[in-house]
Amino acid sequence: MTYFIDRRLNPKGKSLGNRQRFLRRARAQIREAVQKSLKDSAVADISKDRKIKISSKGTKEPRFRLDPRAAGERDFVLPGNREFVPGDEIKKPKSAEGGHGKEAADYAEGEDDFEFVMSQDEVLDIFFEDLELPNLVRTTLKETASKTWRRAGITTAGSPTQINLVRTMRNAQGRRLALKRPKLSELKALEEELDALERDDPQTEETRERIVALKAEIARVIAKRKWVGFIDPVDVRYNAFSEQPVPASQAVMFCLMDVSGSMGEREKDLAKRFYMLLHLFLKRRYERVDIVFIRHTHDAQEVDEQEFFYSRQSGGTIVSTALEKMLEIQKERYTTADWNIYAAQASDGYTQSGDARRCVEMLNGEIMPLCQYYAYIEILDEREMEVFASEDSGAELWRAYRTVAELWSNFATKRISKPADIFPVFRELFKKAEAG
Amino acid sequence: MALLFSEAEWDFAALDRAYKAIEEIALGDLGLDVYPNQIEVISSEQMLDAYSSLGMPLMYNHWSFGKLFAREDTMYRAGYSALAYEIVINSSPCISYLLEENTMTMQALVMAHAAFGHNHFFKNNYLFRQWTNAEGILDYLAFAKKYIAACEERHGRDEVEAVLDAAHALMDQGVFRYRRPPKPSKERILEKRRRRAEYEQEAYSELWRTLPAGIEPPSSPPIIDPEDDFDGDMKLPEENILYFLEKHSPALKAWQRETLRIVRNLAQYFYPQRQTKVMNEGCATFVHHAIMHLMFDRGLISEGALLEFLHSHTSVVFQPEYNDRRYNGINPYALGFAMMSDIARIAREPTDEDREWFPAFAGSGDAFAVLRDAWANYRDESFVEQFLSPKVMRDLRLFALFDKAEDDVYKVGAIHNESGYRRLRTLLARQYDTGASDPNIQVTAADLKGDRTLTLEHRMHRGVPLHHATKQRVVEHIERLWGHNVVLEEVAD
Repeated sequence: MTYFIDRRLNPKGKSLGNRQRFLRRARAQIREAVQKSLKDSAVADISKDRKIKISSKGTKEPRFRLDPRAAGERDFVLPGNREFVPGDEIKKPKSAEGGHGKEAADYAEGEDDFEFVMSQDEVLDIFFEDLELPNLVRTTLKETASKTWRRAGITTAGSPTQINLVRTMRNAQGRRLALKRPKLSELKALEEELDALERDDPQTEETRERIVALKAEIARVIAKRKWVGFIDPVDVRYNAFSEQPVPASQAVMFCLMDVSGSMGEREKDLAKRFYMLLHLFLKRRYERVDIVFIRHTHDAQEVDEQEFFYSRQSGGTIVSTALEKMLEIQKERYTTADWNIYAAQASDGYTQSGDARRCVEMLNGEIMPLCQYYAYIEILDEREMEVFASEDSGAELWRAYRTVAELWSNFATKRISKPADIFPVFRELFKKAEAG
Repeated sequence: MALLFSEAEWDFAALDRAYKAIEEIALGDLGLDVYPNQIEVISSEQMLDAYSSLGMPLMYNHWSFGKLFAREDTMYRAGYSALAYEIVINSSPCISYLLEENTMTMQALVMAHAAFGHNHFFKNNYLFRQWTNAEGILDYLAFAKKYIAACEERHGRDEVEAVLDAAHALMDQGVFRYRRPPKPSKERILEKRRRRAEYEQEAYSELWRTLPAGIEPPSSPPIIDPEDDFDGDMKLPEENILYFLEKHSPALKAWQRETLRIVRNLAQYFYPQRQTKVMNEGCATFVHHAIMHLMFDRGLISEGALLEFLHSHTSVVFQPEYNDRRYNGINPYALGFAMMSDIARIAREPTDEDREWFPAFAGSGDAFAVLRDAWANYRDESFVEQFLSPKVMRDLRLFALFDKAEDDVYKVGAIHNESGYRRLRTLLARQYDTGASDPNIQVTAADLKGDRTLTLEHRMHRGVPLHHATKQRVVEHIERLWGHNVVLEEVAD
C-alpha cells in the first residue's frame, strides 16, 4: 500500500475557469481600472502584467451578519490582560463610535479595494474591447481566403478519426438483432451443456445423440457468429464536414509618419508610441489587416515594421510625398473594390510652405474618396498646446486639414502633447460607433 | 536507532520512512484511529488552486472562487502571506496535501499534523460522524461540478451564476442545526402516489369526452387544489432557508432547486468544521507535538530537525495579546493546544486546584485516553465549558468585556481570578457557540393564497440587530429565489 502520490506534474491552472468568471463579473470595474492604470504608463509597458486595483463593488458576497455596534449588548473574551480588574471601564476605539461613518461602512462591507495581477493578454483584451475600425464594410467576396468546416450530416465514408461511434454502434446492434446473431451467452450455455453431458460416465444413447446435436448446433452458432460480425463495415458511419468559405472583409492601414528634422526626439517618440498602440490593436483584433508603414522627410519611403519603429533618419519636410507614396502603393496593391482603406498620419504640423495646400488637394481629390477613415494626429509640445488651445488655431497643416475635416465626416484630427494623451486620443479615434 | 533523515531535502524514500515511523507512534503510543491516508505532493500553484476552491480537490466553477484565487495569488506573490503548509480533506481515504517546497522536517510535521491529527479528529468526532459522509464527499463534488457545468451549458452562465450567488449568500442559513432534513413518512408517500394516480385519471378522462354518445365516461375524481397541498406541507417555522426555498419556492425550476441543494449539502458538510475549529486544530497540533517529541526521544530525528520543528510550532501556536498590532481574535491553534497540553498535564501531574476542578480525570495517568474521549465527544463550545482550566486562563491572561452599543466604554467583567474563572469560562464557551454567534433567522410564514409574501423572522439575541446594508442585499437574493416579496422582521428575544 503506497500512500504517496506526486501531483506536481498534474495540469495547473485549474481555477482558470473561475478566473474568467471573475473577470467577467467585475468587468465594469476592471475596465475602469485598466484605463486608469494605462493612462500613466508608457506604451511599451502595455504588454506587461500589471497590478489592477478595483473597487469591490459588483463582486460583493453579502451574508447575514450581526452588527453589535448598532444596538444591543454582548460579552467577549480577549487574551493578554495586564492591568484590568473587574469593573474597570475602557474607552471604545474610535472606529466603533456610533456605528456610522466611513469606518463603520468599511467594516460593514468587510472588504475594501481589491488588488490583483492581470496578465497582459487580459489587459489588452479589456483595453481594446470596445474599439474598432470605423466604417468597415464588406467588399467583394472574391478574395475569401478563409474557410471553415461546418458539420454536414453523416456519411458512409470517411477517415477513422471521424467515426461516429453512437451511430455506428446503433447500426451494428440493429443489424445483429435483425440477423439474429447468437449471443456469447447462448454459445456458452451450449458449451456448458455439452461439457456436462460429455462428463456423464455411462453415456446413454440419448446422451450421445444429444451430444452430436449439440456439436452441430455449436458449430452452427460459431459459424453464424462469424458470418454476422459484431461490427460490420456496413455499420460504420462517419461525421461529415464540408468546407465553407467565410466572407472576410479585408482592410489595409497606412501608417504615415513624419520623421523630419523639425520633429524632435520627443515628438518622434510620441508618434512612434501612438503607432505601436495602433499596431498592437490591429494585430490583436483584426487578424487579416495589412499594415503599410510609410515614413517621410522631404522624400517618402515604404519601410518594414522594424525600420519604422526603430531606425533614425532626418531631413526636410514635404508631407505630400507621403500621400503620393500612399496613393502609389494603394493603386498597385490595394484596389478599393477589395479593400477597406485606412490611414493614420502623424506630424508636428510643419511642412514646406505651400505643401499644405497640395496635401489638401490630394486628400479632397483623390485620397478621401478611397478611404474609410483617415486619422490625423498632430504632435505638439506642451507649450504649443497652450497657445493652440482652440481647435481653430494651429500650424499651417492643422489649419489646412481642418478644412478637409469639414468636408469629410470620416476625417478625424487630434492633438497629442504628452504621453498621457495617447491612450485617450487613441480610444477616441477608434471608439465603437453607437448602434444605429 | 538511525535517523530517518539527515538533510533538509526530501525524497519519496525519506517520506516513506518518516510516514512509517509516525504511523507506528500515532497508532501505537497515542492510540489514534484514522481513515486510510492518501498523501499528495503538490506545487505552490496547485496549493493556491486548492485554497480557492474551499480546500477541496474539485469544485464547481463560480466567480467567487476566482476572486479568492486572485486575492491569494497577489498576496502570495507580494510576500504578504505564506502558503499554508498543508491542506487536509475530510474524506475517506483522507487526502493531505504536502507542499513541494517544504523541508523534510516540515513534511514530517505536516504528516503528523494532517494525516494523523486531523484525520483522527475527522474519523472520531461525533459531529463529523453524524453529519458528514467522508466516503461520499468526493463523488458528490464530482457530481456537483458536472451538474453545474451542464446547467451553464443549457441555461447560460448568467442564469446559473444568479442562482449560485443567491445560494452562497444564504449558505450560513443553509444548515440544519438540530435536526435532520425531514423524510416523508410512509403514509405521506402513499398519499402522494394516490393523488398522482387520481390526477392521471383525471387527465385521461378528457379523452372519454371525445367518444361518441352512448359510452359513459368514468366518474371524474375530485379536483385537488395543489396550493392546499403546498401550504399544509411547509412545517413552519424553518431555520434552513435554503432547504425551505428548495422545497417550497414557487419560482424555481427543477435545476435551480438542485443547485440550491448542492450548495446546501456543501454548507452542511462544512458546518462541523465551523463548530470545531479550536478542537480540530488543537487536536492536530497536540498530536504533531507529541509525535515529533517521541521521534526525537527515540533518536529518529536530529536535534536540528527538532529545533526547526519547534521554531515552526511556536509560531503556529503564538497568541498575540489584545493590544498587539498582530491581534486577530483568539488563535484556535493556541487555545486548542494550550487546553490539550493542560489536560495531559492534569492527567499526569495534577495540582490541588486541578483535583478540585477536574476530579474525573486528574491524576488518572493516561492522558491520551482523556484526550481521545474529548476529541470524540465535544465541540468547541462544550469543550471549553468542560475543560478550560484556571491555569490556561491565567496563562493566556483572559478577561471578558461587556459591550453595550450605546455606551462609550467597555466594562471589564470577569478576569482570570478566583471569582472570575467560572464566568469567564462560560463566556468564552458562548463565544464558540455557533447557535449564538450566527443570527437566528427563520422562515415563519408564506402567504401562498394571497400575494405570496414570504416572512422571515430574526430573533435578536440580546438586542443585537442584523447589519443593515448586507441584510438588504441578502434579502434581495432571497426575493430572487422566492420570486415574490420577502419581508424580514427583527424581533426582540
